[in-house]
Parts: sequence; C-alpha cells; structure tokens
Amino acid sequence: MVRIIGILIGLFFTAAVLWALATGAYTVASQGYLTEKTAETEFHKHPRELKLASDGWGGHWGEEDLAQLQRGYQVYKEVCAACHSLRHVALRDLAQLGYSEAEVKAEAASWTVPGVDPATGEATTRPGTPTDYFPSPYPNDIAARAANNNAIPPDLSLITKARHEGPAYAYSLLTGYAEAPAELKQEFPGFETPAGLYFNPYFANLNIAMPPPLHSEGQVTYADGTKASVDQMAHDVAAFLVWTAEPSLGKRNQTGWPVLGFLLFATILAYLAKQQVWANAKRRKD
Amino acid sequence: MSFPWAQHYEPKAPFMRWMDEKLPLPRLVYNAIGAGYPVPRNLNYAWNFGVLAGFCLVMQIVTGVILAMHFAPNALIAFDSTEHIMRDVNWGWLMRYAHANGASAFFVVVYLHIFRGFFYGSYKAPREMVWLLGVVIFLLMMATAFMGYVLPWGQMSFWGAKVITGLFGAIPFVGEPIQIWLLGGYAPDNAALNRFFSLHFLLPFVIAGVIILHIWALHIPGSSNPTGVEVKSESDTLPFHPYYTAKDGFGLGVFLIIYCAFVFFMPNALAHPDNYIPANPLSTPALIVPEWYFWPFYAILRAFTADFLFIPAKLMGVLAMFASILVWFFLPWLDRSPVRSGHYRPLFRKFFWFGLIPSVVVLGYCGGSHPEEPYLMMSQLATAYYFLHFLVILPLVSAFERPAPLPFSITEAVLGSDDKAVLGENAAAAS
Repeated sequence: MVRIIGILIGLFFTAAVLWALATGAYTVASQGYLTEKTAETEFHKHPRELKLASDGWGGHWGEEDLAQLQRGYQVYKEVCAACHSLRHVALRDLAQLGYSEAEVKAEAASWTVPGVDPATGEATTRPGTPTDYFPSPYPNDIAARAANNNAIPPDLSLITKARHEGPAYAYSLLTGYAEAPAELKQEFPGFETPAGLYFNPYFANLNIAMPPPLHSEGQVTYADGTKASVDQMAHDVAAFLVWTAEPSLGKRNQTGWPVLGFLLFATILAYLAKQQVWANAKRRKD
Repeated sequence: MSFPWAQHYEPKAPFMRWMDEKLPLPRLVYNAIGAGYPVPRNLNYAWNFGVLAGFCLVMQIVTGVILAMHFAPNALIAFDSTEHIMRDVNWGWLMRYAHANGASAFFVVVYLHIFRGFFYGSYKAPREMVWLLGVVIFLLMMATAFMGYVLPWGQMSFWGAKVITGLFGAIPFVGEPIQIWLLGGYAPDNAALNRFFSLHFLLPFVIAGVIILHIWALHIPGSSNPTGVEVKSESDTLPFHPYYTAKDGFGLGVFLIIYCAFVFFMPNALAHPDNYIPANPLSTPALIVPEWYFWPFYAILRAFTADFLFIPAKLMGVLAMFASILVWFFLPWLDRSPVRSGHYRPLFRKFFWFGLIPSVVVLGYCGGSHPEEPYLMMSQLATAYYFLHFLVILPLVSAFERPAPLPFSITEAVLGSDDKAVLGENAAAAS
C-alpha cells in the first residue's frame, strides 16, 4: 500500500519537474542561446595573482613584513581614508604593526574623532586616543553618497574577506583602470561608461564609481624610503587590508602547525593501539 | 537487545559499588558503550561516523556556548559583536572558526552516516525506529544550522533568511500570516534575529535528547553490520570496549586532522564572502545561496520553474524540497527487500552508485550555482532521478531483484567458517 502511494507521489514530482524541464528547453530552443552574453560575462577579468607574506599555510607577518604593513597603512591614511572608513579596527591595534607605544599614541592623535565638548556638551571633534576606532570620513551614509556620485565607498575593514579572492582583487582593482578594449566596443556597440564612472575590468559590472585612487608614482612619500610606484602602493595597501580583515591570521597559522603536528602524532599512536587491540580478534578463532 | 554472553558490570572498588547502588550511571555507560555492549566483529570504517557526529555536536555546543557569552543578538550590533569576537576576545577567532567549520564537519559526517544507512539497509526492520529518529535529528540539524547562519547578520544571513522564510508564503491561504508570525514582522529584522538566537541555543539540546533516544533504540536490536546478517552467536561479536573504542579513537584522530586543517589554514574555504558584508535590506546580492550542505535541497527547490496542474511553481518547489527529506521516513516500507546490505544486492548497488550518488552530487553542484541554464536543466533531470530512485526504483528493485547468496553468519563472513554456530555449540542466540 505504502509502495503504491509512493510510486504515485514519485511520478507526480517527476512529471512536475520534467514539465518544468520541457518548458525551459522550449525557451532555450526558441531564443537560440543557453545564457545571454553580456559585456560583464565576456569582459570581466579575474584578479591577477598577488603574492603576500600572509599567503599559504605558513603565512604570517615576520619582522620584515611589518614594514610592508606600515607602508600600506600610510597609503590608507594618505589616500583611502579620504572616503573609506575602517570602523572595525581600533587605533590601539596599530601596535601590532610594530609601532612602539609612543608611536601608537602619536598616530592616534593624528586622527580627528567625533567628541563632546566637556563643558557645554556640544558635538565637537578631538584628537584620537588609542582606545578610539578609526573615524569615518563622513558623518552618515547620505553625506557619503552625496560626495561620491550616489555610491557609498565601502568600509575597508573586511574588504579582502568580503570579496572572492579578496587580496588579489584589491590589488588588481587598484592597478586595473584602463580604457575599454576595442573588442568590447565592437561586440557590444551600445556599451559606454556613463559620466562619473570609470572603466575597470576587475570590477563586477565593469564601471566603478571610484576614480583611480593610485594615479601617479610618488603620490605617497614612504617613511622608509621605498619607491612609491602605483604597483608598490597597491601591493602594500592590499597587504595592509589583509591585516585589517584578520589581525589574528598570523597567530592562527602559527598555532595550526603544532596542533596538526600533535594530532598526527596522537593519531599514529591511536592507530598502533587499535592494531594491537585488534590483533587478537583477527587471529583467534573462538 | 540482550545478548546472553555480554560481559557483566562488576564494580570492585567500594565507591563504585556505592555509586552502583545509588545511581547506576557507570553501569549504564558500561552497558551502552563499554565492555557490556557486544557489537558485530566485522564493522568497517563506515560505522565510525555516528560517534564522529556525536563528537561534532559536543564541539558545537562547547564553542557555541562560549560564543554566546560574547555575541549580541540585536540587528544593530550583531555583525559588530561577531567582529569583536574575531578581534578582541582572547581566542575568539578560534571559537568562531571552530564553530562555523564545525557545522560543515557535522554535516559531512552526518551525510556519510546517512549514506551508510542507505547502502547497508540500516533502516530496515528491526531498526526502523533508529532510522526515524535519525531523520528527525537531521531535520533539527537543518533548522539549527539555518538559524545559526542568520545570526552574524551578514548579507547572506539576511537574504538567506528572506528566501527561506519567504517559502512559507507559498502555502495557500495561511502562508503569509504564518510567515509574519514566524518572523515577528514583515521581513527578517531584529525580531527574527532575536528569536533565531533563542531557538538556535535551544535546538542542539533537543538534538542531544533525540540522540539519546536514537542510541537507545539502536541498543534494543544491537548494531547492524556490513553483511546485513544478524548476530547469531558469541563468535559474531566483540565487546565495544576496547575494540571499537580503539577504532573510534583512531577515526577521531583522522577526523580532527582534516577538521583542524580547515579551521587553522583555510577557515573561509567553505564560506561565502558576501557574509562579511553587513546585512543591507536595500541591496540584493548577485547570487543568494545557502551554505554548501543545503545546496542539494536548494537545487530541488529552484528546479521547479513552471506551474503544474494549477499548483504554482513556487509551491511545487517548496513541496518537493520538503518531500525530498520526508521520503526518507518511508524508506523502511518502500524498500521491502529481505536482504539488508547492498553487498548482496547487485541491482540495488548499481542504482545506488550510478544513480543516487551522481544525482545528489549534481544537485549539490547546481544548488550553489546561478539559477540559469544549463544548471536548471541539470538540476531538473537530477531531481527527477532523485524522486524516481526512492519512490519508484527502490520499491520495484526490491520486488524483482535476485540477491546474491548471503553468508550463514558474521563469523563465516569474517573467519571463513562457523562450525560452532552451525553445530549449535553456542548458547541460544538472539535472532
């Protein structure tokens, strides 16, 4: 009885889904293609490869790599912070980049954060302290949109985890501004980058509201004297953003090795113990 | 189950004898997973996954309770509190990654456990109740995992909640009022987040209770085995401790190595980047997908793109998605073959490896893809096979198949001959 009802229910669902398949196949046949080709599907580029100290299973920031993070922080501060907030990172976290306590206090004081006048209670601003978080350049979303052609510059704290292949994406995007290729204009004659947007094949729909932020060599004068080419700045700020997304990444990788090592050792012991326990069972005929 | 040759619990130390008199918990443990529980001697590694699933539940509860000490289930600060855990709470990043990857590990282990059941006929008499309780556990796990994923209040959390709670709106007449009642509002918002947190904290303990029933129900007939032939005599079994405690210990080690490789070195490999963007009700992601372990069911949901016999496509998808799991409840009565194990069922085996497994893999792949061609057509064919497999093929195969000859007993299968059991030298055994 159960089987008869089961067969009927099975045939019901099968018929329904095959009907959906038939109507879908009819649509594909009548339109002549499987999926529509658009400028995005044809000309969007995957991120270029980026090598960082934090890559791979052993990835962590050693002494030398802190220099890159400090350069990246400098790029963020002098170029990106004009429009992009970093709200999940606290100024005290800068100590992880190798700054001394005094340097961290000085860096914090160089940022202006919202405050309250202690005498009158009015909203005002004050220099930052290490306990403050990085301040947002805009008081609210409406101000952010008004200043950026109706686009909100995303917060950068997690950007390298919030995008597929994040670090490589950030690096490719920053160095990827170009003219739309001739093939694109041939294949899609109606394509044009609207006024106020910029063509960038690494961006999801090819036209990004952000003007190229890293546009000339020497835009930033690195404190450690490194030549500030566009590629170098993009490299450094991508490394910095990997750190802001996950400051504990180095510790995570470095803890992982002893854990896996111990587990491997313990599993081998467990295997040998299991063999010893089972040795009797396989030989004895009881 | 009362195998007469089972070892008896005999406490020697005075304290243990006192405990045995007042609250015989050590006796219970001894009889359940100690030397007092005889288990078939031929269990293979496919039998490890039950214990691993229990371990995953304990790990999820421990990491989850710690996370709950720092997480704020309010829509305004949920995302920020999760980042606070990742950055400021000592070892918070470890708790969070262990919990998120623990959910994936839990589902890997449970799927392997379920497919062990499919292949070896574990759902058949006399273990139907074990199977039914297991499907209940799986449904509770799905609810728990869904609600847990909503908690960080990222883009995928919010939009996934919107899609899945929106399915209730497909129910005719009462659908929308039910949806609003469940959400506490017209769309996922703080009310939904808060109650999801409460239920997400509660359900794992309900799961633990059902697991106790699941193991209790199993211990009545005792464990099945790869031959599907029931235990006949003492030589068919070994005491659970030390044989299977040792084997499970080794299996646990292998599991932990793979699990820790993910947690420490690729913790976001199975995650979707969009969930690191705070929820924005005004910005729909390009692709809304659940976590990987829901992809086969998501593919079935999205496969029904056309109205059928006056039933709207959306409702068809919802009915099919729930039916695809509810069908498992009826397996013991759909598959009537007296032979349990796929080892001795050649036709069944072919449909299992060349039909069911590929269809589930294809459904999983399509569930994570864009709902457009060719994935839609692939998922439609795979869905058709899935329903045909359980509801048409299995009943017919079980009626007409010619199984291979079974071994006389487990002892014969393992050691080659079972003279003692054939000649009746052992004490009367359970059948």
